[in-house]
Amino acid sequence: MTASTAPQVHPPLAWPAYKSTVLRAPSRPLVGIPAGLTEGTGPVGAALLGDHPVGPLDHDLTRQHPGEPLGERIIVHGTVRDSAGRPVPDSLVEVWQANSAGRYPHHADQHPAPLDPNFTGVGRCLTDPQGRYRFISVKPGAYPWRNHDNAWRPAHLHFSLFGRAFTQRLITQMYFPGDPLFYQDPILNAVPEPARPALISTFDLSETVPEWALAYRFDIVLGGTPFEPGAG
Amino acid sequence: MHTLSQTPSQTVGPFFSHALPWPDGPHVVPAGTPGGFWLRGRVLDGAGAPVPDALIESWQADRQGRFGHPGGFRGFGRCPTDEHGNWAIRTVKPGPVPGPDGRPQAPHLALSVFARGLLNRVVTRVYFADEPAANAADPVLAGLPEPARSTLLAGQTEDGYAFEIRLQGDHETVFFAL
Repeated sequence: MTASTAPQVHPPLAWPAYKSTVLRAPSRPLVGIPAGLTEGTGPVGAALLGDHPVGPLDHDLTRQHPGEPLGERIIVHGTVRDSAGRPVPDSLVEVWQANSAGRYPHHADQHPAPLDPNFTGVGRCLTDPQGRYRFISVKPGAYPWRNHDNAWRPAHLHFSLFGRAFTQRLITQMYFPGDPLFYQDPILNAVPEPARPALISTFDLSETVPEWALAYRFDIVLGGTPFEPGAG
Repeated sequence: MHTLSQTPSQTVGPFFSHALPWPDGPHVVPAGTPGGFWLRGRVLDGAGAPVPDALIESWQADRQGRFGHPGGFRGFGRCPTDEHGNWAIRTVKPGPVPGPDGRPQAPHLALSVFARGLLNRVVTRVYFADEPAANAADPVLAGLPEPARSTLLAGQTEDGYAFEIRLQGDHETVFFAL
């Protein structure tokens, strides 16, 4: 098994405060499996994408339509490392988010907030040789959901990362510092308290572009790759 | 050794179907590939209801049992479930892959399931019911009692194999801790 003695950082699957877990979380304990080639390898970089390579503007969610989206322009960047601290290059990073009014262009999103014809809210890139990624977007709005009375999701970006092995695959959410909605959000609060700050980006003045866009930093740590020397 | 704390997982949520599916996502191999077939299944919740907002991803060796995939074999598939909880991936049966102790494993795929209501993905393996000898010798399958073991066996169909994913309850699929 690769399961370590490190403190659990991931949320439990069964978390009744988030009502959708009640009928979907497995009821039986997960079964240990020896670290092997199948789970210890994975699709890497451009080979994963085949005939649909990352385009030059895929990282810029503000330039995918004829006009500019409404909202507060932001830069979101960071470094992807493995648990041994090594940068993870050539990893596909996918993001998606609501628009600045808190609305997704998704048929099931019924929040009566405006759609933005200039914003789809979907981006992707590959990490560079130092494991870095960078997106340009607009700050997403908070939005209501029906989990509990007067429930609102804090503003967030969804992140999907492949790393370099099946074991490293991660889908998570990035939040913004100081959001007053954190306390009532069962999705963020399902994460053990000591690990929660890792999901909250930090405002980054050094990467903020004067008279153009605020920057937020969100560094990401993936699990180990058992077949790469020195991996944690 | 100093290790960094991993970034916690969060649910994929309900609103990803405009973002994550790829046009060729379900096609691990192109149409007409020798040995190609459809692996089809449903995702069901603890009440037996279809899960219409799940995302399935697969990863596997090529027909020779190789990873790293010389020759352009992607090895990866991605398919969202439809309103009936159905998903499908067109692929080939992987060759035998040695286990950690060097013993051969039966042909298998690794599968991730993401969905609203899953705060972390769940991970399983697809084995093939028409490989009884290899399955009997497989170290992972051998460690599972019945009926749990049977939940990992894909049965033959007209155009390939079928693999049901039951997230919870009777006949719950075996999920692995990585």
